Order: sequence, then structure tokens, then C-alpha cells
Amino acid sequence: MTRIALQSLRKEYAGQVAIPDLTLEIADGEFFTLLGPSGCGKTTLLRMIAGFNSIEAGTIAFDGTVINDKPASQRNIGMVFQNYALFPQMTAAKNVAFGLQTRKISRPESERRVEAALDAVRMAHLKDRLPGQMSGGQQQRVALARALVIEPALLLMDEPLSNLDAKLRVEMRDTIRQAQRKAGITTVYVTHDQEEAMAVSDRIAVMNLGVVQQVGSPAQIYRQPANRFVAEFIGKTNLLERALIRQDGKALVELAPGQSIDVTDLIAPDAEGPIQVSVRPEAVKAGAAGLPAQVLDETFLGSHSQVRARLATGETVEFLEFSRRLSLWQEGDAVSLSVDTGLLTFFDAQSGKSIMRGASA
Amino acid sequence: MTTGARRIDGWTSVALLLTGGYLFMVVWPLIAVLLSSVSREGSFSLDGFATFFSSRLYYGTLINSILVTVCVTVLSLIVAFPLAYVMTMFRIPGNRVIQVLILASMMSPPFIGAYSWILLLGNNGLITRWLEASFGFDPPSIYGFAGIVLVLTLQLVPLIFTYLMGAWRTIDVSLLEAAESMGVTGWRRALKVITPLLLPTVLGGSLLVFVRAFADFGTPMLIGQGFRTIPVLIYSSFVGEVSIDSSFAAAVAVIVIVVTLAVFLIQKFIVDRKTFSMTAMRPIEPKPLRGWGGWMVYLYVYGFLTLALAPLLVVVVSSFRNTLYGQFVPGFSLNNYVNAQRDIIRYVTNTFSIGVTALVVLVVVAVLVSYLTVRRKNALTGALDTITMVPYVVPGLIIGIALITAFSQPPLVLTGTFAIMVLALAIRRLPYTVRATTALMYQFSPSVEEAAISLGASKVRTLVQVIVPALAPGILAGAVLSWVTIITELSTTLFLYNTSTQTLSLGIYAQVIRGQLGTAAALSTILLVLTMVSLMVLMRIGGNRELRV
Repeated sequence: MTRIALQSLRKEYAGQVAIPDLTLEIADGEFFTLLGPSGCGKTTLLRMIAGFNSIEAGTIAFDGTVINDKPASQRNIGMVFQNYALFPQMTAAKNVAFGLQTRKISRPESERRVEAALDAVRMAHLKDRLPGQMSGGQQQRVALARALVIEPALLLMDEPLSNLDAKLRVEMRDTIRQAQRKAGITTVYVTHDQEEAMAVSDRIAVMNLGVVQQVGSPAQIYRQPANRFVAEFIGKTNLLERALIRQDGKALVELAPGQSIDVTDLIAPDAEGPIQVSVRPEAVKAGAAGLPAQVLDETFLGSHSQVRARLATGETVEFLEFSRRLSLWQEGDAVSLSVDTGLLTFFDAQSGKSIMRGASA
Repeated sequence: MTTGARRIDGWTSVALLLTGGYLFMVVWPLIAVLLSSVSREGSFSLDGFATFFSSRLYYGTLINSILVTVCVTVLSLIVAFPLAYVMTMFRIPGNRVIQVLILASMMSPPFIGAYSWILLLGNNGLITRWLEASFGFDPPSIYGFAGIVLVLTLQLVPLIFTYLMGAWRTIDVSLLEAAESMGVTGWRRALKVITPLLLPTVLGGSLLVFVRAFADFGTPMLIGQGFRTIPVLIYSSFVGEVSIDSSFAAAVAVIVIVVTLAVFLIQKFIVDRKTFSMTAMRPIEPKPLRGWGGWMVYLYVYGFLTLALAPLLVVVVSSFRNTLYGQFVPGFSLNNYVNAQRDIIRYVTNTFSIGVTALVVLVVVAVLVSYLTVRRKNALTGALDTITMVPYVVPGLIIGIALITAFSQPPLVLTGTFAIMVLALAIRRLPYTVRATTALMYQFSPSVEEAAISLGASKVRTLVQVIVPALAPGILAGAVLSWVTIITELSTTLFLYNTSTQTLSLGIYAQVIRGQLGTAAALSTILLVLTMVSLMVLMRIGGNRELRV
């Protein structure tokens, strides 16, 4: 049960700034995810919280107590590593028991807790196996049990699923989520997989180049991206270069010649000039009227199709098509695309920042 | 506000302690030798060097040594490269057994080869007498330049062969297939594609051969006769046979170190610029051999094996022959063993007590040093890593001289003690063990250690309970290998022993010099058996692990 405050953190590697100045608050019991492309500083930050990386400036506080100078072994953390990091010479049960030994817990009590922890990740039947005799998924379950059994103040996970195959990843992320909910432990989770992040997190911090781009719930960062980077990194989007025109007290965006949309209520009152419109694939529908376009290709995916089409302006737009057609569209087929204005987001073309009403600058 | 890695902790004191010990036990003795080489009766003097370069009797040994070493290095490569090539590319019956036997011949005590060739081709040797009796023909003498080159080449081909086999395993078959698709096959491919890839290994292996051949003392001492190499000169001048003071011996030692160091630096310079990192997803699959070419290959492989193993066989058989006043006479019995049993027991006891102690010291120091240099990288541990490599370029004979020079007067008198034997053997072997352990340590993911720390384990507990047990098979395999080299080491301890600390290899040397060939053969057989048993243990625990010496 721990509240974490990161204040003005700075990290340098041999003179190179990895994280210039970072401030974050993580609430008690929260499942908090650091999400970003590789090299964005998310693992660096996690290891600073764990105590494996030095801190060049700023503070890290657990429940208001600054723990900068506390060695990793005394921060009472449970950590799950990308490569599992099980002790290769110890069985599953011994691995899980390892952290309990330093905590001077009586033998029967320790055995009971090891049993329970392995049971919680459905690994009790393999407790005498060595890591080399387990599959990746099984190893990661043991690693999770090992981190949770010590009842840590904080659970840290560094890309725990990236070495697993796709199906196992989905299964394991549910296991992780359930285990975390049940234990109620504050968790910091690092991943570069946005789908995984949205599936497990209470809140997500999207990072790029050592800077937090946006913090919010999965729906917030998807629906109200703070900038172009977040919009493009989270999910798919089509970016259209347009101009925002103020006319008769209205804010208008001309999507195609003669087809303007009124965005007065969506846009910040002072915004004007060149902008970028983020159009999510689900915001576009092919219908009887709208923006004229030519189909480039259609990929059938079962429940829906993924269609790419070229607008009259030459821009390519990708959208989802739900239909009962048996034959796919061919290249060159003409379609009319209507756009759901409520699903659009707008960014300043220069700064890339959101100019939506109520967006934080 | 700073934290974590930069704080001074227990490891810093361990690093300081090890560095201090190393400076005192290794660097200081070598400096003492250097000082002794440039002083005479307390004042600065280059007389030692002047004497060396003034007489052909002295500087000639340097020329001899370089001649021998270059010939041995080149010959070893010429023999070993095709051997490794055919062993990798073609299916050869008994491949695994052949590799084990070649390894065994490499690990056999170096001077036993020399001694056994005396038994075969010496003045009174088996082949010599047979040729004389049957054909009235005198075979070329085994004594002198040709004999030394023959014995050392046979001894060192396995070394470079083992290196090459290891490197070959890292070459992905797709590289060969790519060359083939472009029409380059057979020997052209071996030269154009494989050789450049193996170059760093070839150079590294050649350096080892060079250093070994250059520093080898036993072989030229036993069969050199008039042909004296520089280690023989150092030995005889140090023990006073040539009645020249120790500053002369020190000067020669310094010259030897300079030559070895120069070769080492040249090799390092070349290798550093030509290193590739490769991991074979699909290693080379050996192909079956057909026709005349196949028979030629078999002849080559089995022929070499016979030559390499012949000396060992000869020694074992000879140990059961009857002797009179040390010379062999007709008939077989166990007399050589029975008559020398008191000596044998003493030598074996000493070999074990000194060898095991040295091994324990060696492994503990190597684990600590490699842990520090891999996991606690800083200026201090970097320096520690560098200085542990010092004995790598210092021949064993000179380590012995250095220890005598430094520790034969107060404050610390160690000459003639058990401790100095242990110290010498540990120092001699340390660079190899440290490097092997460091390689293991690098393969071990740091997150395993972090996992232990995150669970609240202290640093000592992490090392003792997690890292060492996880690396134990590798460390143990390395220890067995070190054990074999410790029990067969001769030159390092040659100046340091007395009768109460004489080991098997020293005993063999003493018996050969005294002309007690029967006893020497018996002792050699025991040492060989000990070596083979150790190697078998190694095979069991090491599995298919690559063996490096």
C-alpha cells in the first residue's frame, strides 16, 4: 500500500541525458504503466524506482519518505524481469522462498506462503521443477509468485510479457491483473505494447525521449491524446493537414473542397491557422455522401475489413468497414467517406499539441 | 543528490584488498627483478644487459629461442588448421574420441613428450637401436634444434586446434552456403571466407603457442644439449652454473618479458581491429567423405593422433620395464614402482596438498576478481583486471625468479616454504582462470542478481547463494582444468621447491636429470593417470562445454 511521488527526476548516462526532468504521482494500489517506444526512458525510470540506477537529481518518495539513498534490497519491492531472472540452480519453490528467507519468516509459515503464491499463479504442481525445465510462461508465473510472496510495498514489472508468444501474453496479462487486484499492491509496469498497456492499466504515462507526454486512463489517452505523438503511438490514426478558419464567430475546418465541418464547440477559443486533424479508423464510414475517395486496397479480417483509400487531395486514409459484402472492393472503386466529428482530435500543426477545448497546454 | 552505485561499499574494500595483495605478491616481485637487472652492488648498472649482448654464447640463446618459437608457431598452425578444417567439415569416424584424445595429449605434462622422444629416438632409444640393428642406419638425432621443434610442435598443435574448433563452432553454415551460391567452394572458400573469420582466433592461438614455446624450459633442457634456448640460459645462470651473478639472470628475464610483451601487444593490436561477434544459429554440418581424398584425410587425422599419443604410450610401457642403474634392460616388472614407492608417496602427497591449496586460492580470487570487474566496473576494478593479466606474459621460470628475489630476505622470507609453492602456482594460473570466470560472469544475466537484491538479499548473500551456485558447473570445469595445469607445472616451481615440497612433475624432472629413467617413467605414468582421471571428471561435469586452456 504505497503512494509514490517522483519529483524533478534527472538521469544521465556518461553525460547523455536520458531523463531531463520528470515529475509523476502514482496513487496507492494503482496499476500504473510506463508506455513508450524503446529508448524512451521507461525502463531507466523503473530501475531508478527499484534502486538499480543512480539518480542524478530529484527525489523519489514512497508514502512521503524520500528513499533516494535506500539500497534496492531495503526498498521492499517485488520485481519481475523481462528475462524472468529465476535463479537457475533453484527449483520453483526455492526461487519463491528466497525472498522470505531474508525476512526471518518461520519455516512452516514460509512453506505455507510459497504454496499459496505458487497456487495463485497455478504453478503449484510444478514447484520442484528447475527453471531450465519450464516454458517461458511457466517461468514468468514463478517470477510473479516470487515477487508477490514477499508482500512488497511496490511491484515493479519490466516488460514481463515481451518474451512470450501472443496467446500466452493475453493469458498472462489477465493473470497479472488479477494477482495485482487481489493483492492490492501499487504496481509500476513497463511496456512498449500499447494494447497490453490499455488492457491492464488504471493509468498510463506515455513517454518519449525521457519526457512524459501524457498521463491518463487508457480511454483518456486514446480519446483525448495530449499531442500528435500520443495520438500516433496509441492506436492507429490518419493525420490530415488542414487549416482552421474563423468565420462569423465559428471555427471551421475544410476537410474537402466545399465540405467544411464546424468545430467551434470542440476547439479551444483562441486556436487558429494550420492544424492537423487526427482521424481514427473507426471515425470514418463509407456511405452515400461525403468525401470522395478511391479505394487502394481492402484487407479482410473476419469481423471487419481494413480499407485504405485515397482522398482527392492525395492523402491516404485508413478506416474500418463492417459490412456483409462477400466480394472485396477493388483498387480504384469509388467511395464516399463520412467522418464522425465527435471522434476527431485537432493538433496545432507547429507544436503538435492538442488544441481541443479543455486540453492541457 | 546521488545514490546507489557510487557509494563506497564492502566491495570496494575487497577490490582494494585484492589489488594490494596483487601489487605485493606479483607486481612488486617483478619490479624487484627489474631493479636487480639494472643494479650491481647497490648502484645503477647495465652490466647485466651489456654482458648478454657482448657474447654470442649469451645473445645466441635469444636467437635460438626466437628461431625455435617461430618454427614451432608456424608449424603448429600449418598442422592444426587443416586438422580443424577436416574435423569440422567432414564426418570422421570417432570424431568425439579423437577430440578428447587430442585434448588429452595437450594436457599431458609438456616435458614428458621430450623425455619420451629420448626413449624412442635418443642415443639409446628404441627406434634408434632397432634401425641400427636392422639396417645399420643412424637416424637423425633427436637432440638439438630439430628435436625441440618436433616435440614442441606435437605438444602445441592440440592447443591451437582446440581454439580453432571452438571458433569454427561459431561460424553459421549460411555463410558457407552464401559463398557456395556465389560459386566459391572447397579450398578457395576456406581461404577467402573462413580464414578471415578465424583470423582473430588464429592470432590468439598463435600467441599462446608463441608464449608457451618461447618460455618452455623442460623440453630444451632435456633434449637441447648443445642447443641452448633463453630459458635454459636463465636457469643455468640463476643456479650459478655459469658463475654469473643474479643481476645477469634478471637482465635476461627482463629481455624475455620484453619480447613476450611485444608479441602480445602486436597480436592485440591486430585482433582488436579485426574482431567479429558471431553466433551460429545453424552450425556447420559435417559431410561424409568418399574416395581417395577421404583416405588422405583419414591418414592425416589418424597419423597426427598416433604421433601425438606415441610419447604417452611409450612412457607408460617403459615404466614397466626393468632397469639397471637407471637404464632400461630387457624384461618387464613393477620394480620401478616398488623401488621408488617412498618417493612416489611423498611426491603424490605434495602434489595434492600444494595443488589443492593453490586451486582453492585461485578459484576464490578468480571469482572475486571477475565479479568485481564485470559487476562493479570502476577505475579500481579496471586496474585490478589489468594487473591480474600480468603473469600472462611472464614465463613461469621468471615468476619463480621474481618470487625468490622478493621474498628471500626480510621482512618476508618465504623461500623453501609450502606457501611460496602455492603462491607461485596460483599466480601462474590466475590470468587464465580469471578470464574464464569473467566470461562466465558476462553470460550471467545481471537481472538475476537484481532479482535477489530486490527480494532483500544482501550483496554477500547474493554472491554466495545465487551467483556462485549458478555458475558452479562452469567454475568447477575451469577448476579441473586449472588443477591439471597445476599438477603438470614445472618451470614456475623449479627454483622454489625443496625436498619437503617436491611435487610429481618436479620429481620427474629431477629423476630424468639424475638419469633414473625407470623411476621417471613410473612417476610420469602416475602423473598421466592423474591427468586423465581429472580430464574424465572434466568431461563429465563440463559436458560439451568448450574447453579453453
